[in-house]
Amino acid sequence: MIAEIGHYALVLAFFVAIAQVVVPMYGAARRDAALMGFAAPAASAQFLCISIAFGALMRAYITSDFSVANVAQNSHSLKPLLYKISGVWGNHEGSMVFWVLILALFGFAVAAFGRQLPDTLKARVISIQGLIGLAFLGFILLTSNPFERLDPAPLDGRDLNPLLQDPGLAFHPPMLYIGYVGFSLAFSFAMAALIEGRVDPAWARWVRPWTLAAWTFLTAGITLGSWWAYYELGWGGWWFWDPVENASFMPWLAGTALLHSAIVVEKRDALKAWTILLAIITFSLSLMGTFLVRSGILTSVHAFAVDPERGLFILGILIVAVGGSLTLFAIRAPALKAGGLFVPVSREGGLVLNNLILSVATVTVFIGTLYPLFLDAMTGDKVSVGAPFFNATFVPVMIPLLVLLAIGPLLPWKRGNLRAAVEKLWVSALFTVVVAGGILVLEEGAPLAPVLGFGFAAWVAGGVVTELAERIRLFRIPLGDSIRRLFNLPGAAYGMSLAHIGMAVFICGATGEMNWTRELVATARAGDTLTLGQYELVLEKVERSQGPNYFRDMATLKVSKDGVPYATLHPERRLYPVQQMPTTEAAIRSSISGDLYVAIGEGSDQGGYIVRVWVKPLVPWIWTGAMLMVLGGLFSLSDRRLRIGAPKRSKRPAARPAVTEAGD
Amino acid sequence: MIRSIIMALLVAVLTAPAFAVEPGEMLKDPALEARARELSKEIRCLVCQNQSIDDSNAGLAKDLRVILRERLVAGDSDSEIKTFLVERYGDFVLLKPPVKAETLFLWYGPFAIGVLGAIGVAVFLLRRRDGSAVNEAPVPLTDDERKRIDVLLSEQDRKA
Repeated sequence: MIAEIGHYALVLAFFVAIAQVVVPMYGAARRDAALMGFAAPAASAQFLCISIAFGALMRAYITSDFSVANVAQNSHSLKPLLYKISGVWGNHEGSMVFWVLILALFGFAVAAFGRQLPDTLKARVISIQGLIGLAFLGFILLTSNPFERLDPAPLDGRDLNPLLQDPGLAFHPPMLYIGYVGFSLAFSFAMAALIEGRVDPAWARWVRPWTLAAWTFLTAGITLGSWWAYYELGWGGWWFWDPVENASFMPWLAGTALLHSAIVVEKRDALKAWTILLAIITFSLSLMGTFLVRSGILTSVHAFAVDPERGLFILGILIVAVGGSLTLFAIRAPALKAGGLFVPVSREGGLVLNNLILSVATVTVFIGTLYPLFLDAMTGDKVSVGAPFFNATFVPVMIPLLVLLAIGPLLPWKRGNLRAAVEKLWVSALFTVVVAGGILVLEEGAPLAPVLGFGFAAWVAGGVVTELAERIRLFRIPLGDSIRRLFNLPGAAYGMSLAHIGMAVFICGATGEMNWTRELVATARAGDTLTLGQYELVLEKVERSQGPNYFRDMATLKVSKDGVPYATLHPERRLYPVQQMPTTEAAIRSSISGDLYVAIGEGSDQGGYIVRVWVKPLVPWIWTGAMLMVLGGLFSLSDRRLRIGAPKRSKRPAARPAVTEAGD
Repeated sequence: MIRSIIMALLVAVLTAPAFAVEPGEMLKDPALEARARELSKEIRCLVCQNQSIDDSNAGLAKDLRVILRERLVAGDSDSEIKTFLVERYGDFVLLKPPVKAETLFLWYGPFAIGVLGAIGVAVFLLRRRDGSAVNEAPVPLTDDERKRIDVLLSEQDRKA
């Protein structure tokens, strides 16, 4: 019964969406306040309906209602509660319901918090948001009904893919989806602005917090996924340039560009058409990610649906969305008046270059990801495009961005002086030389990669500190005043510094892991000692026991570092009998200098177990760097200026606190 | 074809030992083994999704690792081994596709788009500048404005 209510709620949501699309759009065209006023309640009703459907599905999972086919196929009565809940989005149908739930949530957020939005803009944004929802609700109802019943109901379910039964993965999809789908609002705002024919700083000020929120969640989601791959897949990799990873990375790159170009629209009323285009591209890449992952074109733990019908449906949505939005853009964009003027060497110029580089990076990933599909379709030739390709192409593309990252924020708006900016960076340059030189000396005959990696990290970090020092006028006014300035900086200033320093920290982690990882693979019996670098590991025992829905072999290793007891590690090997699938649970001991990573394999024929040990320097810096970016996003979101709404030109410019003027 | 790859993948996952490189496979000579590892990272496990034979635990990956080491011991160079594998499995086996007619766009497409983008940006930036008011000398401040700035600046110094 509850499942039928959920199904009914989805159908209702579909019809609410039709009304949500048509009525406000027509109202905005007619300037009819009553019809436009329909938008907000429609968005709320839409959110309510989908929440009911989602709740019904969740209940079926929690109560293990195996008469619902979706639950029977993806859950099991013995599964821990957390994974029953996360199982809701751990499958195709459920994840699509989750997708539209987030979509409706963002529509609802505009309805609830968008009181200060101009009526027509608000009505149109909600209408476009409804249109996206309509397409995906149609997709769910026609091809992926999560509430299908089974008669007779099976006694127990087929369980969730054991790889997905993991705390990191329980939260990875929600984060990622909020990010992916959050860009839908930037898209809706862009479409609405094109229909209105007006883009102004007020528009950018509305779009920016939503884009920022989406970007922040997407960053967190990608990081969680990467972290999961690192500890769960059992070979210590954290980024594989897998097509599904790239599918989330492309919107991230484009979204990062969008964040930066929206600043220019907001502050300087320039780059308007480009920003609109970026908003379209970013969301289109999110849609394409959904298509790639859901169509079954790629096979991986993400591809739940290997069903051409579904793939074609999403492809249809993708073509209509991209084609429609680009057509609208082509018709309307020339009418957008170019705004603020600036010379090439200026903050605006720097941000234009940032956008250029990020766009080229996106294109690199895009071509690399789709080329095998494209070539196969055109000529039938099969090629592989894997990590070595991306390392050889993507990394060099990003290097100019790192150089620019230190300089750009030091340039003033409108017209800057490159020499003045570069002169400010002499401390940073010195720091870079010391770090790079230090690596060169410490690592005799070091390959170039770590020297460059840490050198660029130092340059970026130095640039961030320099910019902050400039902002608080360090050493040029009394120290106390500088500190007071530091505490009074707007949230966006902290946000930028944190996100940029996060980039430096991330580069350190990635460079350390990629260049200095050491590995030991050996067959060990109980009592054997393994040595890797400073570490000595004694395999004490391997015991077999039973978990809630799996069997496991758990090893106990006593580790000493430089002869001093350091840790006791328990790597596991699990077998999930329902899906007949073995998984590895690595044991990881993290410290600021790096990870000690141990995994065990099956017992070998000659007795003993295969043990793999890695020393992975600076790996925690990868997650720390990414988390600093997330923190930067949150700080920036907390900025008062984003909440007080669009700036209105007052008759007499009033004196504002000095800090906000001096900064940004 | 795809279906058979998926089946092979499933079978591989279910039956294979959980590890990629196993102790038994490794070469005695550490330098040669290091070369083998580096080379393995560029060879695709053909039945897997985007895994190198160095990462994969599939049976086929193991076979390829063993073949690769045999060739190394026989004295082949890295490129000879790659040629050997490409002759048997096609370009599909290389994770970094070779530069040739079919892959020109893959390798140089991003670069070409970058150059086009850079030209576009340059034109845009220069056009912005030409005939713009920014480039002209700023209009001198009136006395009234100067007074207001002084007031604002002294206010700022007091607050800061």
